[in-house]
Parts: sequence; C-alpha cells; structure tokens
Amino acid sequence: MGGSKIDLLQGTLDLMVLQTLAVMGSQHGYGIARRIEQVSGNEVLLNQGTIYASLVRLEQRGWIESNWGMSGNNRKAKFYSITEAGRLQLIEDARYWERLTGVMDRVLAMGTGGDPA
Amino acid sequence: MSEFRRSRRRIGAFFNKRPLDAELAAEMAAHLEMAIEENLQRGMSREEARRQALVRFGGIPQAAEKQREARGLMNLEILLQDMKFTLRSLAREPGFTLVAVLILALGIGANVAVFSVVNTLLLRPLPFRDSQQLVRIVEKDPKAGESTKTYTADATQDFQQQNRSFQSVSGYFAFTGPNNFKLSGNGQPVPATGMLVAEGFFETLGVEPAAGRLFRAGEFVHHAQPAALLSYPFWKRQFGGDPGIVGRTVDLSDKVDLNNKSVIVAGVLPETFDFGAVFSPGAKVDLFVPYIMDDFRDDGNDLALIGRLKPGMSIAQAQNEANLLFPQFYFEHKHPEYGKGYTAQLTGLKEYVSGKLRRSLLVLWCAVGLILLIVCVNLSNLLLARAAARRREFAMRSALGARLGRIVRQLLTESLALAMAGALLGLGLAWAILAYLAHQGSLALPLLNRVRIDEAALAWTLLIAVGAAVLVGLAPALRMSDRNLQEALKDSGHGTTEGRSHDRMRSILVITEIALACVLLVGAGLLLRSFLRVLEVDLGFEPSRAAAVSVDYDDGGNVAKRAAIWQEVVDRASTIPGVEAAGISDNLPMSRNRSWGIAAKGAQKLTEKDFLGVFVYIVSPGYLKAMGMRLTAGRDIGWDDVVNNRNVVIINETVARKLWPGQSPIGRTAIAGGAASEVIGVIADVRESSVEDDSGAQMYLPSTKQFAPEGSYLVVRSKLPPGALATSVMKTLREINPGQSASEFMPVQGLVDHATSPRRFFVLLVTTFAALGMLLAALGIYGVISYSVTQRTREIGVRMALGANAGDVQRLVLARTLRLAAIGIAAGSIFSFAVAKAIASLLFATQPSDPLAYGAMVALIGTAALLAGFIPAWRASRVNPTEALRSS
Repeated sequence: MGGSKIDLLQGTLDLMVLQTLAVMGSQHGYGIARRIEQVSGNEVLLNQGTIYASLVRLEQRGWIESNWGMSGNNRKAKFYSITEAGRLQLIEDARYWERLTGVMDRVLAMGTGGDPA
Repeated sequence: MSEFRRSRRRIGAFFNKRPLDAELAAEMAAHLEMAIEENLQRGMSREEARRQALVRFGGIPQAAEKQREARGLMNLEILLQDMKFTLRSLAREPGFTLVAVLILALGIGANVAVFSVVNTLLLRPLPFRDSQQLVRIVEKDPKAGESTKTYTADATQDFQQQNRSFQSVSGYFAFTGPNNFKLSGNGQPVPATGMLVAEGFFETLGVEPAAGRLFRAGEFVHHAQPAALLSYPFWKRQFGGDPGIVGRTVDLSDKVDLNNKSVIVAGVLPETFDFGAVFSPGAKVDLFVPYIMDDFRDDGNDLALIGRLKPGMSIAQAQNEANLLFPQFYFEHKHPEYGKGYTAQLTGLKEYVSGKLRRSLLVLWCAVGLILLIVCVNLSNLLLARAAARRREFAMRSALGARLGRIVRQLLTESLALAMAGALLGLGLAWAILAYLAHQGSLALPLLNRVRIDEAALAWTLLIAVGAAVLVGLAPALRMSDRNLQEALKDSGHGTTEGRSHDRMRSILVITEIALACVLLVGAGLLLRSFLRVLEVDLGFEPSRAAAVSVDYDDGGNVAKRAAIWQEVVDRASTIPGVEAAGISDNLPMSRNRSWGIAAKGAQKLTEKDFLGVFVYIVSPGYLKAMGMRLTAGRDIGWDDVVNNRNVVIINETVARKLWPGQSPIGRTAIAGGAASEVIGVIADVRESSVEDDSGAQMYLPSTKQFAPEGSYLVVRSKLPPGALATSVMKTLREINPGQSASEFMPVQGLVDHATSPRRFFVLLVTTFAALGMLLAALGIYGVISYSVTQRTREIGVRMALGANAGDVQRLVLARTLRLAAIGIAAGSIFSFAVAKAIASLLFATQPSDPLAYGAMVALIGTAALLAGFIPAWRASRVNPTEALRSS
C-alpha cells in the first residue's frame, strides 16, 4: 500500500460522521468533512462531496437532524446535529466496530504463531 | 424501525425532487464557498483556491447523483426517464409503433377472450352457493339418451328418503320441449318454455328468488293451486319487469294436456340464474312450474336428478351409498312386476356441465397461446431490426457513460411500453369478442352467459403482457450485450453489412415463426376436416328446405277431434304454394328425446329384458316425407290408420336388425308403447340426438287412442328457402285456430346447426388463429427478406454490374426465402405430428396423419412465403447498379 490513501469501507463514513457530530455538536457538511480529514491525518481517501449521501442517509433514518443557520463568518449553511436515536446507534455501531477490529487483530496475529499446518 | 422511516422518507423524497435538489445545490455551493475562503486565508490565489476546493470536493454532479441515489427511489426515477424517452422515440416512428401495438393487441386480445371462456367453463366454480357440493346423478350406462339417464318419481322418492349423504335431492323433468306452454291474457298468446322442477330444486341449488317466493310444499301435491316462477329475462320481456306481477294470476296453457289454467306467479328468479346455461346449453327457459310426483308415477323415467352433498361428504362416499341403494329401487311401487334395479353415477355438477369440453378448451387455449408466441417472435424480429438501425445511438450513449445494464433496461422498457399499449387495446378487443359471444344464444356451450372479463382475466392480461414484453425485448437486449458497442461507433456506416450472427438470429426467429404457424395450420386443418366429415354425415333426413313450427289446437281431449284437426292442418299446409310435403310430429330430431320400449311379440311371455329402449315420435302421415326420411321397406302411416285407431308402427333399421335379425319385419307384430302393433314400414336410421353419435333405435307411431302426442310440430318441406313460407304457413294456422300463438318458424337446418355448434365454434376459432398465424409468419418472412435486400443493395449492385440480370437476382432472393420456409416447414411438420396425435380424440373420422391437412399446410405456407418474398425480390431486381455502387 505504501503511500496511497485508505479506501473507505462501506458504512464507515456514516460512523465517522455520527462520531464527529457527537463530539463537535452542531456542524455543517464542510465542517464535518474537514474534521474527518484532520483527524485521519489526511490518510483517508475522501471526496468531500460524498459526505452528502451519508448525511441524507443518516437523516432519513432519524439519527441526525438538520437546520439552516449562519456559519461563523456569516454564511448561510445547513447545520447537522446528532439525535438521541443517533447516539444510541453510535454506541451500537462503535461496539460492533471494536468487536470487528478485535477479531481482525486476532486473525492477523495468527500468522506469527508459526504453525503452518 | 429506522429502515421503515427511511423508506417512507425516500418515497417522500421521490415526489419532492425539485425542492430537494435545489436545497442540495445551495448546500454544496455554501460548502465550496467555505472551502475557497479557507484556502484564500492560507494565502492561495483566488483561482488556485477555487481549483483546490473543487478537487477536494470531487465532482459536483457525481456527488449530487450519489446523494439522490441515497435519498430517493433511483430505480423508479430511471424507469420514468426511460418511459419518457421510450414514448418520444416511439412517437417518432408511428408506423412501427402502430403495427407493433396492433399485432400485440390481436395476440393479447385473443388470449384474454379465450382465457375468459376457459376460466368460466373450467376454472371458476358454478354460479351457485357452495357449488362443490352439487352433484348430478345419472344412470351408469346412458346409451339410449336422456331416458336412461333419468329416474321415475318413485325411485327418486325412495332415494330422497333413504340416502344419508345428501342434504337434499331434487330434479327436473328431462323431456321438456321448447315452447311447451302458451301464455295468454294480454293480446296475442305467446309461446313459452316451461320447465317442470321437483320439490326443493331451487333450494338444492341455493337459488334465492329476486322477487316473491319459491314454491311451497303444498304446490307439489295433486290438484294444488297451480303456481309458476318466472325467469328474469322472461319477466323483463313479458311483464316489463313489473314487480306487481308477483301474486297475480296469469293464463297458462300446457300444450301437452291442453288445459287452460289460471296460474299464480309465485316469484321471479334472479338474473344470475340461467337454467339453460347450466343444464341445457343454448336453450332458454321462460318459467318454472312444479313437477307433481303423483301426476307422473306411471310415466316412466323422466326426472333428471341433482343433489347437494352434506358438508364434508365426498362424492366417493356418496357413490358408495348410491351403489348399495339404487339396485334396490323399483321402477314403480304400484307395479313391482315391472322390476327393479337402477344404477347411479355421481358426478360433480361442474364436471358434468363442462367436463366434455375440457379437451377442446385446452386445445383452444394452446392454439391461442401459440398465436401469442408467434406475435412475440414477430415483434422481436422487428425490434431486432430496429435495434440494429439504432446501433450508433446506443454506442453514443454508452460512450457518454451509460452502462450496458442501463441500455438493456431501456430496450426492455420499450417492449414493455408496447406490450402495455397492446394489452389495453387487446382488452378492448377481448371485451368486444365476449360481448358478441355472450349473445350467441344458439351456441350450445354451457355458461356462455357468464363469460366476462373478471379480475382473474385482468391478472392474466397483465401476466401475458409482461411475459410478452420480456420475450419480445430479450433478443434485442441479448444482441446488445454481446456486441462491442465501441466497434459500432468506429464504423461510420459505410456499406458495412450486418454481422452474420445477427442475420442468423433473425433467420432462426423467422423459422420458429413458420414452424409455429405450421402447427396451427395442421391443427386447424385436421379440425376442419373433422367438421366437414360431421357435416357429411348421413343424418337420415334432409334438414335443408324443411322448417318446423309449433301448432296450437284445442281438441278437448277427444282423439277423433285431434285426428281431424291434424288432418286439416296437414292438408291445408300441403296446398300452400311452394310446399312439397307437410306432416306433424310431437318431437323433432336433435331436440329433446324420450324413449319407450319395443319388443317382438313371440310365443313366450315378454319380460323387461326383451324390450329395447327406443326413441318415440308420434307422427301424422306425411311427416316422414316432409323431413326427407327414407322408407326402405313397407309404407307410411295413412290417415285411415289414424281414423280407424289402428295400432301400427314404423321402425328404423337398427330396431329391425335387433328384433328380427336377417328377416323382414314387415307385417310382424311388435309390442310398442304397451300395445300390440303391426310393423308397416322400415326407415333408414336417423341421427336423433347428436350428429356425431351413432343412431339409436327409433319408432314412429300414429296419433291414436293408444299413442298420445306430447305437443305438435308442423314440418313443411318446400322448394323455396323455408323462411319464405313463414308468413303463409302462420296465416293458414291462424285461420284454422285463431288461438295459434306466434311461434317461431324454425328451419330444421337450425336444429342441426345447433347440435354441431360447439364443433363449429372451435373450428372457426382455431381456423381464425391459424390464418392469423400464417399472416404473421408471412409478415416475418417479408421483414427479414426485405431487410436483407436493403442490407445487400451494394452486393446486388456488384452482381448486376458483373452481368447478373433481373431474373438472377429475383431467383437469388426467392431461393433464400424458400430455404427459410422449407426449414420452418420441416421443423413444423415434426412438431405438428406430435400435436396432432395429442388432439386425436377431438377428431371425427379423420386420422392425425391426414395427408390433406399436411399437404394444405405446406401449400399454404409455401405460397405465403413466396408472396412475402416476391416483393423484396422484385425490389432487388430493380436495383440500379451504378446508383447502388455510388450511393455507398
């Protein structure tokens, strides 16, 4: 892989957006995208535009809600915030993610055990 | 929960495309502005800031598309887009669209119509409550017509009392002739057909009156106040649908016992109840009167029985019981010496009514299915040609980013649009066909009045329309997917011919079409041959130029007076200009039937076993001649036989053979109808109940004290078409008896036609389908050949430049046509033979391998192919070589 960026797995973007909103509170699309880029240390291959498909999916499920408002420099923007259902979902998804990475860790550690049979 | 909420919102989003798109655009614009601003703050130039923002965003239309996909119902949106595009492109080619929709409408319409008939006759339950409980009870070996399918009043009552399987058992008088009553009162008396039904008949069927009440128990006893129930159409026609008629009395005279009675109208039966449609196809019954058991005890077998099983009781269980009970029943309680021993075969009423038609209907269903298949193949071919012409359009779309799936989808949408338009038009067509059929009262098919397009038929329409769309769209879609579309773009359209594989596919389709048409033609040919054979059957009488009319008279029960009236009627009818012969019978062939016993009188005492069941006709002198029957020995009945009350009998050859094998029966004594009678004549066998069944035994008796007629029909034979005599005959009858009702003047041919009408109906339909199939096949051949001529214009030009003349070119094209036809015919013949074997049981005196049917098929398809190929061939021969070479 070397220097190339990480392709996002299906569904991971939704989880990132939820977590971002849970931490940052109300935020617009650009803010969310920038935040994910910063946190990931620019390692994630993210076209900022794809965030909008994720946002509409989450909103339609009732996990986030949106309102038009004014940004810091007086620009009209649509602000998203996480709902109660969204927080519960986030806990569930995070737990699932931890279990998955745990399993992946063990599977990948298996090779070093040295039993080729 | 969240998924459910999401689907709801997606549907909402689908209908709010415009505002949501605008909102998204605003959101993304703000996004970009913020990004640009941030970049500017980092010290980029304005241009660079904007470029960087766009790069990071990554394609605005793509992002918007993705969002829309997540937001709404993409599939539906694409479908709508495809539909819009399809309608536009179909509207650009109205000729193609019209032909395609018309062909599909024909195929689908015919299918829906036939399905509705099949659905009514075979699939749908009978129009009675819990109709699966209804059972018809008949004698096991019904060889001599209705009489042996029926039971006496005593046997019926025994069964009613002793069975444990039925909720109720009832029946109707099986020997009712048309117009056996005369209704008088307001103006000219009208003839009416009245059915005698036993107690509980309507209750057994579960029929409720539309007005008034059903019969009461007290109306089924001797000397009860006479009552009648009116059929709905008769009530509408005769009484203008006046509900006030219920409870009033009408004057009804019975043509058999000629008693004029005041009859109380007890009620009106519902519109949905059509006795004829279920029990006697093609017959109309105007009113119902009680069958009073006590009046019929010594009249022999005359009740046709039906029963309603107890809930949970199976026919097999009831059959077991019937097997035990019926052999114990006496014919008549009063005369145990007449013997006992009935049999009973129980059949579900539905099976009894339409079981015989199952095979014919299934064949019809298959035939019409074949038509639809041919239609699909034909259309597939048309679309294939069209797809080829649109190759570059598709290549262009694919270059612009349309995925293959999307293009295939577009093609299927087109065929779906065509199929749906065809289905709509087809439904209209089917509706018209069925409306026509439902009013074919003369067609002897059961339940025809109930045939209509119901939910099942609509579902069927949708199913076959979608099926047709897939079938039709499949070939072009397949072609599209295995073609390298980029190739199509590269070739600039300069004289490159279609790929060989493309040509082959179209040829295979045409060959399939021809083969299917072959099957239809052979099937139709065989059925047509059978039908012609049926018409050729020697009926034993000559129906053409003979007509019958029901005669009313009042003899006050006096035999001598009756004889005088009959003689007057016959004599005066004979003198009407144009009349060759006239005579009276109380019964007509192919009409109702009734049988008595006949035996040869010998030395020993006769037992029941010696009697032969025979059809009885009480006739006047001259009747045999008027019907065109042939005396093979002896003489006709004379008026002196009648006047002198002489018991004489004329028998047919079947009776003569059975009673006096190898001897002349003339002058011998027979016990006929209970009286010792002298055999005076023998006539050639007459088909009395059906054209296709063998003749049964028959006898003809004079109307004497011993032999009382049941009604009377005057039959006249004329040099003119029978219709021309109607007025003068009716005038004469009215001069003799001013009370003569306005009876129908029936051509005897009509009776025969009615008997052969189911076969005529099937033959007509299958032949129509075959003609349609052939036409479509010819159209297919024309399409393919004509297309290949267009494609090969340059090649033909080269050939002509090199010295080929017009004849050579024509031969070339026609040879190709005939090759296609020959392969199709070869494949079709094999298929046809298999099909012919399967329908062998429907054929009459025709072999499944009938060479004429196959020969005709080859000739017809060959001619159609030649004709279809000739136009393109002629066009090819007129190609101007210089122009052909230059133009491309």
